[in-house]
Amino acid sequence: MNLFSSITDYTGFLIRSVFIPWRLSKTRSIILDQVFDVGIRSLPLILVIATFVGLVSTVQTLYQIVGSGTVPKYILGYTVGRMVLIELGPVLTALMVSGRCASSMAAEIGTMRVTEQIDALEAMAVDPYRFLCLPRIIGTFIALPILSIIAEFDALLCGAVYANYFLGVPFSVFNYGLIHFFFARDFFGGLIKSLFFSVVIATSGCYFGFRVKGGAREVGNAATRAVVTASILVLILDFLVALIVFS
Amino acid sequence: MIEVKDLSKKFDELVVLDHVSFTVPEAKLVVILGPSGTGKTVLLKSLIGLSTLDEGEVFIDGQSVQKADRREIYELRKKIGFVFQGAALFDSMNVRENVALPLVEHSSASVREIREKVAKILEIVGLPGKETLYPRSLSGGMKRLVSIGRALSLDPKYLFYDEPTTGLDPVMKDRIVKLIGNLKKDYRKSGVVVTHDLETAQAIGDVLYMLKNGRIARLDKIGKEYYG
Repeated sequence: MNLFSSITDYTGFLIRSVFIPWRLSKTRSIILDQVFDVGIRSLPLILVIATFVGLVSTVQTLYQIVGSGTVPKYILGYTVGRMVLIELGPVLTALMVSGRCASSMAAEIGTMRVTEQIDALEAMAVDPYRFLCLPRIIGTFIALPILSIIAEFDALLCGAVYANYFLGVPFSVFNYGLIHFFFARDFFGGLIKSLFFSVVIATSGCYFGFRVKGGAREVGNAATRAVVTASILVLILDFLVALIVFS
Repeated sequence: MIEVKDLSKKFDELVVLDHVSFTVPEAKLVVILGPSGTGKTVLLKSLIGLSTLDEGEVFIDGQSVQKADRREIYELRKKIGFVFQGAALFDSMNVRENVALPLVEHSSASVREIREKVAKILEIVGLPGKETLYPRSLSGGMKRLVSIGRALSLDPKYLFYDEPTTGLDPVMKDRIVKLIGNLKKDYRKSGVVVTHDLETAQAIGDVLYMLKNGRIARLDKIGKEYYG
């Protein structure tokens, strides 16, 4: 399959999954399950990642910019804040969720495909796109931006605490840089990215799961393709959204 | 009544169905026999539009499956219960949730009504009190029974069975054969059974066909052509 037909097929799949009657009275509980699965179950991993992102950003920024002595220390809060809000928070959260959720979605749906469970849904007159894909897309759409906000808060908090206790930059100085130079556009730009990322993560997981033909080996391949595709699309979208929002 | 007219299907050069035609009369079970790999499952799935066809048409109560749009085909499928060879139960749901799924999706019944209906269905299939078990803790035969229960939940007019007794021990096989017979006799369910098991075919079939090399033939003397 060439690139053009793959993109067409992928887009068609997304449209087929979303532009259908949602029947929320029947789908709501499955959506909540997905919010729980993507959001709550990913939270420990995201917190660990965000903690170290905050620590590393603080150490690196101090070393590269503030450490020279010619730049005021509040620049640490300013730089770490913008870096985390615009880039590191949304992108690293999305990449982690890609690794955890896109693969599990592809594996789960792929297994359902090879064990005829998707055929069974069709036979019961249940639209598998509404039953399987739509809740995953909406669930990720709700959970990922929330995870990003939590990750950003965690990273900034850990960065500020580390700077205060180990780098000699008091909270008040760090916060001054963070708050004084806070732009709503940075925060909302990051959120907009998360919304786009959520769609490609869930769609990749569902798409490659749905396309499984064969057995266990193909299910494994689908999970790998889902993660790789979602990760690449996250980075491409990161660039495109940055061009539109921040340029 | 189900009318199957001139179905043809090829996979590359392999002809799986070659102008297959037959009729499923009211309250009768049509059994399609054939060795493994002859396209029986493809034929059964094509009856409800799960497999695409190269040629031919299926009419369920006069309505064409192939010409139906998505909404119409879903309406047609509500008249049919489909029992898959591997049961195709949802691993993340327990027996009650599996059997209740079509009811939850297609009826406005309350939770209590659905629970009562599921309990009744599980009694019919011989699995009372198993509501909270998950598929992983069921034997192959029990999964098949739950699958029949799920197929019954919308009280369909027709039941389609894909190899309902394959791979089961003789006791379970006998149980399922009796259940299929009872569903036809007591609940007047018409249907199609595809199997390679002659014993099952003899036990439950009203009309027997054999599918071989893509062609279908009615069996007047059971077994003669199959083994011949």
